[in-house]
Parts: sequence; structure tokens; C-alpha cells
Amino acid sequence: MASIKQLEKIASQVRRDIIRQTAGANSGHPGGSLGCADFMTALYFGIMKHNKKFKMTGKDEDMFFLSNGHISPVWYSVLARSGYYPVKELKTFRKINSRLQGHPATHEGLPGIRVASGSLGQGISVAIGAALAKKMDKDKRTIYALTGDGELQEGQVWEAMMFAAHHKVDNLIVTVDWNGQQIDGPTKKVMALGNLEAKWKSFGWKVIKMDGHNMSEILKVMKEAKAACGKGKPICILMTTAMGRGVDFMEGTHKWHGKATNPEQTKNALSQLKETLGDY
Amino acid sequence: MLSKLTYKEKKATRDGFGDGMTQLGRRNKKVVALCADLVGSLKIQTFIDENPERFIQVGIAEANMMGIAAGLATAGKIPFTTTFANFSTGRVYDQIRQSIAYSHKNVKICASHAGLTLGEDGATHQILEDVGMMKMLPGMTVINPADYTQTKEATIAIAKHKGPVYLRFGRPSWPVFVPKGKFEIGKALKLNNGKHITIVATGHMLWYAVEASKELEKEGITVDLINIHTIKPLDEGAILRSVKKTGCCLVAEEHQRNGGLGESVAGVLARKFPAPMAMVAVDDSFGESGKPDQLLKKYGLSPKHIYKAARKLVKKK
Repeated sequence: MASIKQLEKIASQVRRDIIRQTAGANSGHPGGSLGCADFMTALYFGIMKHNKKFKMTGKDEDMFFLSNGHISPVWYSVLARSGYYPVKELKTFRKINSRLQGHPATHEGLPGIRVASGSLGQGISVAIGAALAKKMDKDKRTIYALTGDGELQEGQVWEAMMFAAHHKVDNLIVTVDWNGQQIDGPTKKVMALGNLEAKWKSFGWKVIKMDGHNMSEILKVMKEAKAACGKGKPICILMTTAMGRGVDFMEGTHKWHGKATNPEQTKNALSQLKETLGDY
Repeated sequence: MLSKLTYKEKKATRDGFGDGMTQLGRRNKKVVALCADLVGSLKIQTFIDENPERFIQVGIAEANMMGIAAGLATAGKIPFTTTFANFSTGRVYDQIRQSIAYSHKNVKICASHAGLTLGEDGATHQILEDVGMMKMLPGMTVINPADYTQTKEATIAIAKHKGPVYLRFGRPSWPVFVPKGKFEIGKALKLNNGKHITIVATGHMLWYAVEASKELEKEGITVDLINIHTIKPLDEGAILRSVKKTGCCLVAEEHQRNGGLGESVAGVLARKFPAPMAMVAVDDSFGESGKPDQLLKKYGLSPKHIYKAARKLVKKK
């Protein structure tokens, strides 16, 4: 496992990849991607047991499902940096004939992706299905899923929450990217989520809060979550993050949810993020 | 051949599904059944009793059921989702589109109580648009069997087929008459040779097409009778061979005319062999409460409607 310093170095490169992918396509979703860069780096380089020689069924591996598919740039970066496909493929993001579709898809056969996402609210259900299959097969590995907070406004999420508790899907760790922002503004204004902790708890989940920008805390909490598996309850991590984290003019606002930086802004953003592994 | 198409008993197509599931449960350990609070209606209690570890009750939450099925398929299972046709399609179209069809998941969407023959529950539950919705999804196989035997055989066959399938069947007791052992996905079933008209029928309407064909033969109009159980991929060759011989084609189905099998057949003929056509289907209308036979009659789907439309079509040739 990589050290905290190493993970932070990787996360910096992942953030550069995010800015460069979205700027290169002149579209995409940098805000949420930057906010989840630390968590996704920790997941792929410090937490999950996974194999870059990708197998769809994920037998004897941990599996990850991204429900908020629009933050594809961060996922594409960590997958490439993990060796699932060449890093230089990141430059095809959102372009014609690419495997790196605007939202993640299996259709073009990109290694590391197991289901399409983008239309929101579906990922937890899919993760539950994979978790149930692991139980049937007596496969002890863990299923991870990431969902946005705005996404929790979709009704299907609450169907999935009810199901996972009722059926004791306790090999499932769902992380909520709790950045408080969505396209039209702060979640509090658009459609308030209320007391998220109380809501997940009352649905029967074990809930842990986590700072999504503190690498050592991410590792510690995810370890704690993993240890809590197999005890009859699904696990929810409420992860506080700042949308646009790492670039001063992008941080903490919904304005960079779905907009790429122009050439000048790109230069400014990249000047704030150290190149640690080499740009593609 | 027509005279051989008779029946000794009536059974529901959904019973064929349930019995098919029982067999699959014993034969194929990868098969997992999911249900959204309609176990009794879908006739899968024996499967559940014999394989409790491979049954998942999801409650009244169909969207979640489709997602879970996609996850199970990802990990190598063969999930069969079960609920009414309305809740198997219209209610969860986006979940099917993204998590199943676009993601190439090996999920079998098994839908009972399709069409008008659901009866007394009325139009809220009588979906007549499902075939249209499902056939538009890239890569989706769409099957609408005609009787108990065919539904049972189709249920068993789709477990071996790799890829998403929509299997549509119904509620009422219906004549059991389709010869055994003939079901093959994507292959039309020829039930009678005739030279004056091609009649293509799917689902419950196949029996009515048989009855109408018998009446037509009494008047010297011989019917090339084709059962299309697999609406997609469509056996275009079988339809074209027949229409090239007869010169006209009537399609009968328990579905909206818009988006149904008739449109698929019309598309093939328009592209490859334009010929006079008639469609016996629901004409841009919702259904209502009533008994199945009353409803089929009121909405223009009785044997008599097929008979009349066929006579008119033959005259037009």
C-alpha cells in the first residue's frame, strides 16, 4: 500500500488529469471530480484489492461502482494511473471514437467499468446486486459505491437504502460525496437533504462521517468501515468535500459543476497542482 | 394442418413461466429470481420453495429491482426480474436503458399481465405500449409467447441466451395448442401453409388467428399462418418468403398499433417487398375494466375482427 505522502502525490496528478481532460474536451464535470480526487486515489491505491487485468465479474476482488457518473474524469484518471489502460488514452476523453465516454460506459469496452452511469440514482442498486452475488458465491470481498449528494434526491436511492438494510447487505460500503452543491446551486436551496446522518441511520445503515480531503482520515475511516462489514448492516460514509477542491477559483462553488476551464484558467489551475507522475 | 390446431385444456401463459422457472431452478444454478411483491401472480412459488437462496424479494420497488438485477448479472448470475408488464417496462424504462441494455447485462425481464387480457384491473395496469418501448432498445431481445407450452419453453430458452431479454406473457387462462418442442429464439413458427394471405400473430392473438383462419378456409381463402414469438430480432426471412407467395399480410397482436409487431413487419415489407397489409391491434387507445374476451372484442381484437380484416385485405390484392 502506498504511503500517505505517495497518495497525496498521486491525487495531485489526478487533479491535473481532471483539469486537462475537461479542458481538452472543452466540456465535462471538473468540480465534483476534483472534490473526489483524494477519495478515489485512496480507494484505488490504498484501499481496494483490485486487478488491472480487468474481469467483469470481479471474482475474488473488491468492486467499485460510480453512481454519479458525471465525475468520470476522476475515475478515468485513477483507472489509467492504476494501469487499466494507457495514461495517454485520457486525451481522448469525450472525443469521437473514444472509450472514455462523457459518462462511464461498458459499451466501448473500457477496462475497469462494469456498468454505465450518468442517469442518476441507479448505482447503489447495482452495487447491491453485485454484493448479493458475492454473498451467494461466498466471496468475502467488499463492494464499494460512490454517490453524489444531490443525487440522493432520486427516489430509487431510498428504495435501495431500504432494501440493503432489510436484506442485511453488510458487504457494501456506500460513500456519499457530501459537497452540498448541485447544478442549479447549493443543495440547501435547490432541494434540501435535511439531516442526512439521521436519514441513513433511520433507514438501518451504519453511518460514519469523514473528511474527504484528509488522506490519513480517509484511510482510517475506510479501514474502520471495512472492519464493520459482516455485522448485519450496510455502511454509509458521509464524506464532506469541497467541489472544485485544489484550485482556488473553482473551490466551494457549483459554478464548476459542469464547465471546463478556458486556456487561461487551465494554465492558472495547473500552476496550483504539482505534476508528480508526469502528464500524459 | 389447421385442423390439428385444437386444444384440450386452457392454462395461463404465466403458469408456463412459473413451470419453466421451476425447471430452470433445478437445472441452472446461476439463475436468480427477483420479484417486486407479486410472487403469487407470477407463479414462482415452487422456484422459491426449492431455491430460497436464489430468490430475492425486493418489495414494491421496481427501479431498485432492475438495478440489482444489473449488479447480479455483472457478477455472473442470470437474474430473472418478475412483475407485471407495466411495472417491468414503463415504470423502469430508464433503469433498463442505462443499467441493463446499454451496459449489455444478461438480465431477463419477465413480465406478466400484459395487454387488455389482464381484465378487470383496468387501463392503469393494461400496458399496450411495452413491446414498442422494449424493441427500441438496442440489443434487447423481445419475446411474446402464445400459450402455456411456448411460454414454458421460452422461459427455459432465454436462460441460455446471452444478453438482455424482455419476455412478455399474460394473466388469463388460454387454449394450450402450440406443438411442443418447436420454440427457438428468433425463429418464426409456421403453423399452416396457404396461398391467399399471410397472417402473422403473436401472443394470445395467435389462437384467435387460428380460429379466424379456420373460418377463412371454409370460404376457400387459405392462410399462411405464421407465429412470431420473437418480435426482435424479427425472422424477416420467414415473413418475406410467405408474403412473396401470398401477396398480402395481416398482423394480429394485443398491443398498440403504434410500436407493435405490425409496425416491425410493415418496416420489413416497406424496405424489401411492399405489399398490402392490415393490422389488427389497439388503435391509439387505453383499455378499461372488463373480462378479457369482452375487452378483446370491444377493442377490435376478436377472431371476427381478424376474419373480416383478412377478407377485406384479400379482396384488395
